[in-house]
Amino acid sequence: MELNEIIFYILAFIGIVAALVTVTANNPIYSILGLIVCFFTISAHFVLMNAQFLAMVNIIVYAGAIIVLFLFVVMMMNLNDLPRVKTHILWKVAGVVGAGGLMLILVASLKVSGNLVQAQPVANIGLIHTLGKVLMNEFLVPFIMTSILLNSAMIGAVLLTKREKRIQK
Amino acid sequence: MGLEALLIEKTIIVVIVFIVTLTIAAYSTYGERKVAAFIQDRIGPNKAGPYGLMQPLADGIKMLMKEDFVPQQANKFLFHIAPGLSMLTALMVSAVIPWGKTIIIGGRSIPIQVTDINIGILYVLSVVSLGVYGVMIGGWASNNKYSLMGALRASSQMISYELPMGLSLIALLMVTGTMSFSEIAAQQSGWNGMQWNIIYQPIGFVLFLICAFAEANRTPFDLPECEAELVGGYHTEYSSMKLGFFLFAEYAHMFVSSAIISTLYFGGYNFPGINTLYEMLPHNIVTLIGVGVLMIKTLFFIFLFMWVRWTIPRFRYDQLMNLGWKRLVPIAIANIIITAGVVLLFDK
Repeated sequence: MELNEIIFYILAFIGIVAALVTVTANNPIYSILGLIVCFFTISAHFVLMNAQFLAMVNIIVYAGAIIVLFLFVVMMMNLNDLPRVKTHILWKVAGVVGAGGLMLILVASLKVSGNLVQAQPVANIGLIHTLGKVLMNEFLVPFIMTSILLNSAMIGAVLLTKREKRIQK
Repeated sequence: MGLEALLIEKTIIVVIVFIVTLTIAAYSTYGERKVAAFIQDRIGPNKAGPYGLMQPLADGIKMLMKEDFVPQQANKFLFHIAPGLSMLTALMVSAVIPWGKTIIIGGRSIPIQVTDINIGILYVLSVVSLGVYGVMIGGWASNNKYSLMGALRASSQMISYELPMGLSLIALLMVTGTMSFSEIAAQQSGWNGMQWNIIYQPIGFVLFLICAFAEANRTPFDLPECEAELVGGYHTEYSSMKLGFFLFAEYAHMFVSSAIISTLYFGGYNFPGINTLYEMLPHNIVTLIGVGVLMIKTLFFIFLFMWVRWTIPRFRYDQLMNLGWKRLVPIAIANIIITAGVVLLFDK
């Protein structure tokens, strides 16, 4: 096996285990920690595909900001021992059927797609210079639109948290 | 041959960087006490060894010999890994710092840097943003109100000050045009080793310095461990070497941030007259002088960290947030706009 391939399989294994921990853990804190590990393996996959910028941004945005927010919520609310949610047997059956169908599709697409691990990653495609040029030339309008959207969402959030002035009688 | 040689040389560099970081962090604790003693007109540690030089060793042994206490209601697993996480994130940043130019051994030129990734600055930002975890998990797992309050303060402070830090780095990126640390260091060798980025980015440097203080939880931003309000902050329940790790991580963080400040703004391994010296003396010797110069700059910034700690009192929490969001962020954005304008006008 190529070195790339070995690393890929190790990362994939860790990632799947971490994702399972995220879903199955009783303690929300362990769920969050599982999610962090999962994000790390995803970032490592990006590095394997030579998309270093994406890998780092994934860590900064998800592991560095969003997960910290989750941790804040869990710690402040002290959601330590939640009662197990009781679900009807019908829903369980439906869940198993749905997940099984999804797995079938995934396995089928894996069988068709051939070689999963690229021995030689596509050169330069995810490097920051290439990305910048593409963003600022081809996708300039969508890029600006997205930033305006994000900006307005941020301003909206700030406005919502502002205390309303008391209505004078 | 190529891969094996690379592995061997990288391993050697990693081990050396690791040992040097730990040694300097250990001696920073000694230095801190000596600086404090000097500022407060005392003598400081002088019993262990000549001039008290064995003090870090004595402290380490003391830390190891103490009882390792774990609170009964604490989350055991998280309580144990939190100090390790703190240490890990503090040490990880040092991987991208170029400690010197190149050393030529047997016709093979080896850069003195663990890894030269072309997104070095983003890597630093991402590792810094992970620094929250050790503090936060440690504070929460202790199951103590003071610890939790300290952890919440620490993490909100770190998140708030990451923002101006990132913004001040964006302005620096506009000037340098690259994210690779080795290229940034190499660019500053112009004007015979005097073309330092501080000349182009004075405001950015001040912003970055303030944010580095906040990220390392140093005074005046040491609210997470404010004794008067929070007992000991996030490490209230920690004892023995686990506490030692938390304190040690702070010093490792200080060393690494000082090295980054020196590399980004103060020319890294460059010193006045480096290019003429490269022509006169053998290559390797000048490189080693460069490494020494970087160390001197780094030690100066560590001294600055201590100097500020024993001079300036701590902020109040609302003052801290005001400074971060209402002062530093707008200044950083203004700095970006000014830098962009100047780059547009004068370059190219």
